[in-house]
Amino acid sequence: MPESAPQRPPRYIDGVRGAIAEEMEADPDVVLIGVDVGAGGGVFGATRGLHDRFGPERVIDTPIAEAGVLGAAVGAAMAGLRPIAEVMYMDFVTVCLDPIVNQAAKLRYMTGGGARIPIVFRTQTGGGRSSGAQHSQSLEALLAHVPGLKVFLPSDPRDVHDLLRAAIRDDGPVVFVENRRLYNRRAGDGPWEPLPPGRVRTVRAGDDVTVVAWGRMVEEVARACDEHLPDVGVELLDLRTLVPLDLDGIERSVRRTGRALIAHEAVSAFGAGAEIATRLDERLRFEVEGPIRRLGAVTAPTPYSPPLEQLALPGAASIAEAIRALLAE
Amino acid sequence: MAEPTSDREQLLGDLRAMMRIRAFEERVSRHFREGLIPGFVHVSIGQEAIAAGVCGTLRDEDFITTTHRGHGHCLAKGLDPEGMMAELFGRATGTCGGKGGSMHIADPSIGILGANGIVAAGLPIAVGAALAARRRGTDAVAVAFAGEGTVHSGPFHEALTLAVLWEAPVIFVIENNRFAEFTDSDAMWRGAPLVERARGYGLQHAERIDGNDVEAVRATLEPLVAAARAGGGPALVEAMTYRIHGHYEGDAVPYRDEDELRAWQERDPIEAVRRRLAGEGLEDRLRRMQDEVDAEMDAAVEHGLAAPYPTAETLLEDVHA
Repeated sequence: MPESAPQRPPRYIDGVRGAIAEEMEADPDVVLIGVDVGAGGGVFGATRGLHDRFGPERVIDTPIAEAGVLGAAVGAAMAGLRPIAEVMYMDFVTVCLDPIVNQAAKLRYMTGGGARIPIVFRTQTGGGRSSGAQHSQSLEALLAHVPGLKVFLPSDPRDVHDLLRAAIRDDGPVVFVENRRLYNRRAGDGPWEPLPPGRVRTVRAGDDVTVVAWGRMVEEVARACDEHLPDVGVELLDLRTLVPLDLDGIERSVRRTGRALIAHEAVSAFGAGAEIATRLDERLRFEVEGPIRRLGAVTAPTPYSPPLEQLALPGAASIAEAIRALLAE
Repeated sequence: MAEPTSDREQLLGDLRAMMRIRAFEERVSRHFREGLIPGFVHVSIGQEAIAAGVCGTLRDEDFITTTHRGHGHCLAKGLDPEGMMAELFGRATGTCGGKGGSMHIADPSIGILGANGIVAAGLPIAVGAALAARRRGTDAVAVAFAGEGTVHSGPFHEALTLAVLWEAPVIFVIENNRFAEFTDSDAMWRGAPLVERARGYGLQHAERIDGNDVEAVRATLEPLVAAARAGGGPALVEAMTYRIHGHYEGDAVPYRDEDELRAWQERDPIEAVRRRLAGEGLEDRLRRMQDEVDAEMDAAVEHGLAAPYPTAETLLEDVHA
């Protein structure tokens, strides 16, 4: 596999490619399928080299027919394969929601456990680069809302590898959301303790406020702390997976800090932040002193023009402002 | 090839398969009217020759996907009527533990990848199962049953495109029963007939057949299934038939032409075979067969109604793997 300089720590995109390669090596039933995943190596290069290594029978290029391809992936999963089906941009899940929402998510339940649907819907998001309203959306709340789907949103170059392997090994459907703006991030050189899905990772410890984030927002919160909040003890939790949700892990932190902010790139309205805030409130009302709030993008389609898009998405400055406001209450 | 007697035995076998479907669905229709079956159900009365003729050519390890009108396909593929009836009654002993119902009945262990409440959803699923069969080195084939109302949808186009591209061993069996829900299918059609459209995708074969003639159905499918098994790729069959009941049970069918209905009732696929075999002196055997089928389905109803409902503990089971 074409790796970058072996001495340098792997990038996020290497974690993606490595996890797929390792699982394809370990299990002949794992196949990769999607638009441009094969000979082209993926529009971001995430699957580069896999077509040569595993052949066109297992790394399957498809026409632009997402609904058909994902439906076929569901059928292939029921017939014994473990497909990794790529949806090039998260926005495009809307053209193939039926196989995800009505088929994969429900088949195990509807058949009383009779159907096994080991399938990964791999996709990526990443606002902030003028990709326009149809190539910038974070739709994780929409998918997490559907019972039967797991939703993973790795932020870290090492974690993306661990979580993708876990997703491929899962016997049920997992929506795996990468962030294209993280693809070139390199792993830290500190010690690494792999965690299973459904466990938050404490990225930095603090006593004043808990901030929960996922995907690219994890590094945006860290930047907010470094650049704007040197005096504040922020406990930053990388949520990693929306489903399963580690509510216990978040609750433990919030009990200690007394305040919480959930920060996500998706729009605020009807979002995952609201859901987590409510569930924390159900557990902690009258038990913690401070407020529990969420921060997301403004509730509008993502604008194209760079200054407008910057206003729309949460960034280090607006995250810092939200944390300050929380502490002031 | 086959001896006349074995042809006749095969026809008797297909007749029995059709009679079982009819007997099952007549009971379903009645018990739905009586309020014993919740939700809604769609029956395939009058269309049994297609299920029997097609599934008669398949093996256990072959796959089918079907539709909201799928009882016949499931029975003909080998699903146990007792489990099916209990499922329709919403009972714990049902095929899916009472969680699926008529529209979601499935048993992947015998290749039944599901009835489906979403029009056209089963077509790509069948293509994927066929792809998996090839990738895993088996010679299993898949059959996607769908109605003619399906063929205008995007997934139909995508499924045929992918099937041809992958040389997938899948047969698309389009049951043209005259109506897409409440709508006259011809009124929704312009341009070339379905088989001509289908040929444009590059299928090995596309043919319109009489879907009320079980022998014609079987005779058409046998070589297509064999060819698909041998790597010949996908095919499409449009089987012409008529939906004797409404879209769902309880549909008063105000949109139907009663003369047309009567004409098709004259062409009942079961009666046609029965008349012919009775003429060959098999009345006693046919009567016995009807009694056996009725007894089997009465027992399925009796067991289904006696079975318990699922317990509350199962409510959250099998949401995730």
